[in-house]
Amino acid sequence: MTTWDRFVDTFFNGKVMLKYLPDILWGVVVTIELAVLIVLSGLAAGLALALLRSLAIRPLNWLIIFIVDLFRSLPPLVIIVLMYFGLPYAEVSPSGFVSTWLSLAFVLMAFSEEIFWAGITSVHKGQWEASRSTGLSFGQTLMNVVLPQALRLTIPPLTNRTIAITKGTALGTVVAVSEILGAASSAMSNSYNPSPLMMGAAAYLVLFLPVVILARRLERRFAWKK
Amino acid sequence: MKPQPIVDARAVHKHFGALHVLKGVDLKVAERELVFVIGPSGSGKSTLLRCLNRLEEPSSGSIVVDGIDMLDPRTDINHARQRIGMVFQSFNLYPHMTALGNVTLALRKVAGKSRAEADRLGRAALERVGLADRADHTPGQLSGGQQQRVAIARSIALEPRVMLFDEPTSALDPELVGSVLEVMRSLRESGMTMVVVSHEMGFARNAADRVVFMDDGLIVEQGPPAAIFETPTQDRTRAFIGQIQRH
Repeated sequence: MTTWDRFVDTFFNGKVMLKYLPDILWGVVVTIELAVLIVLSGLAAGLALALLRSLAIRPLNWLIIFIVDLFRSLPPLVIIVLMYFGLPYAEVSPSGFVSTWLSLAFVLMAFSEEIFWAGITSVHKGQWEASRSTGLSFGQTLMNVVLPQALRLTIPPLTNRTIAITKGTALGTVVAVSEILGAASSAMSNSYNPSPLMMGAAAYLVLFLPVVILARRLERRFAWKK
Repeated sequence: MKPQPIVDARAVHKHFGALHVLKGVDLKVAERELVFVIGPSGSGKSTLLRCLNRLEEPSSGSIVVDGIDMLDPRTDINHARQRIGMVFQSFNLYPHMTALGNVTLALRKVAGKSRAEADRLGRAALERVGLADRADHTPGQLSGGQQQRVAIARSIALEPRVMLFDEPTSALDPELVGSVLEVMRSLRESGMTMVVVSHEMGFARNAADRVVFMDDGLIVEQGPPAAIFETPTQDRTRAFIGQIQRH
């Protein structure tokens, strides 16, 4: 056996791969479910908080800033663990899946709120004034004039952050969610062979490369036509 | 009996923190009148204009526009603002919309027109400012002068009772100023009531009914353009007119 053969036998073992392929595929499904849920609920909540913040109600804004700063400073893993192992003491027992989803959604909410907020505040004051001077209300101005401009500015930082946090679904392993990494690592310990991990890596590439490419195209599409 | 003025501002004060920007200004503007407001920078002329449609909240005083008490908390300010057009120094067109989109937004959202009706009125307004063929261009594809004319179209599409111009040509390259003044002149000829803050003295001379000179938060002197420019009675007016005419 050459070194190369041994390398292939260890990392790309056909028999092992075939055996654990269904597990990994299930992991892919779980990861996609988690990712979609996190992105949808995290971004929606982040946008909602940014819109609330634009109402400029002092005590409410302090609360929003506190929540956002809290979730931006805590490592996502800590939040997942606290939720999964801590909440049962408060008579709520979220599953590993739910803990991972909610934790990462909170983190994405916090980061995206800051990004949306930065976008809203960067729209020139004159845009508000022009719109209000024609009789549009605060809400109409926000939705028709300010937000469409703000969202364009937020697309690059938002896609980066979204991808980074969505990859955090791998942290679900810790609370027994069999997403890709979870499925791969248990397959690895069952088979004493790291080939499933290679499959997991491939699955991440297949999942996230298109997202990264799509993000880049979105960024280009929404760049200002000058 | 004299007809009701369209704009009736009385004893308007405005403080920005410790800064006393307007110190009791009275301004009446009659229907179809073009009032030109001049004065050194920091004299409060832009602030006065912005108080008239309550973009700036006066600290005290009263402002009645077209019979509507602008400072009454019960006044539907969004409804009132439809009747007061405003044109800004920096155009403030919505960059994510076409020229037509800019003009029709308030028609649809505030005046409640259908899209088809708003488009028709919007195109008519663009026609009036000579930009019918630019309806589908975005602001980025238009020159400064064209952008300012779209901004004027955005206001007149709502058929306001009075138009406020806040230094409408100050941000324009000199060769583009003429096209904007041309549109303002034709607006005036159509009988629009206008309050103009501007440094375009030539335009003031031959288009204004009245020139108001402001300094240090107060109206110092006002009268027909010839009187203000040729025979000002106040020293401060004379000094200001002398300064700007030296250029």
